[in-house]
Amino acid sequence: MGETVSFFFFAALTVGCALLALLHRNVVHSAFSLLGTLLGLAGLYVILGADFLAMTQVLIYAGGILVLIIFGLMLTPPDTNERRVGRILAAVAVVGTGALAFWEKIGGAVWHASEAAELPPPPDGTVREVGLEFLRRDSWLLPFEFASIVLLAGLVGSVYIARRRFKEEEL
Amino acid sequence: MGLSAYLAVSALLFLIGLVMVASRRNLIYVLMGLELILNAANLNLVAFNRFRPGGMEGHLDGQIGAIFVIILAAAEAAIALAIVLNIHSLFETIRPDDIDTMKD
Repeated sequence: MGETVSFFFFAALTVGCALLALLHRNVVHSAFSLLGTLLGLAGLYVILGADFLAMTQVLIYAGGILVLIIFGLMLTPPDTNERRVGRILAAVAVVGTGALAFWEKIGGAVWHASEAAELPPPPDGTVREVGLEFLRRDSWLLPFEFASIVLLAGLVGSVYIARRRFKEEEL
Repeated sequence: MGLSAYLAVSALLFLIGLVMVASRRNLIYVLMGLELILNAANLNLVAFNRFRPGGMEGHLDGQIGAIFVIILAAAEAAIALAIVLNIHSLFETIRPDDIDTMKD
């Protein structure tokens, strides 16, 4: 019962804030309603028994990527305050047609196959298991180390790309 | 709630993200749509991991995959915003429609 209520609460928060981000006139407001979407997703992760992932979602998405997006908004010209309703409607039409075609092909089958029977309850916490998965040599250790290389390359690359360019005479 | 409910939320998020990317009124708006699409994929991964036949005890590959997606999304956001800043300093605009040359 409580799980159902909290699922509907977080699902409504997620989808509603995403719709608000899509339809809002001001891009800064869109960025802030994206915060609701990301936090709602963290709630859904908790319901699904992924507590470490929920924590990561709040820390990295809501705390990091969203701040980065808002910085990007502050460093680029202010919003021209246009919504381009026609353009959004055209995109909805195109995407909706594709979604209907997809549903016709395989969506319905997945939907009917996924009405599962009784589930065992999720484990109490997954932090220990996730840590062991990452650090066991026969498991995810190598991709984990590669991820650190990717992050380092991303850091150096973004600093290099965003550096200030001086003209020859200014040097 | 069954798996279908989570798949429905994920599909809606994916569609909203796709519309945000396709309506492209602002490069940063496109980036926000991309983040929504990645989050929809993550929700699918975690939901399938939870509803795995035989229970999720000891089998967390879906969650690990979602963590890798978050890592790549962080790197992608940093580089994409650096590119947006660069485009803004070159073209004085970040509307995707107005940017139609590769080099000035």
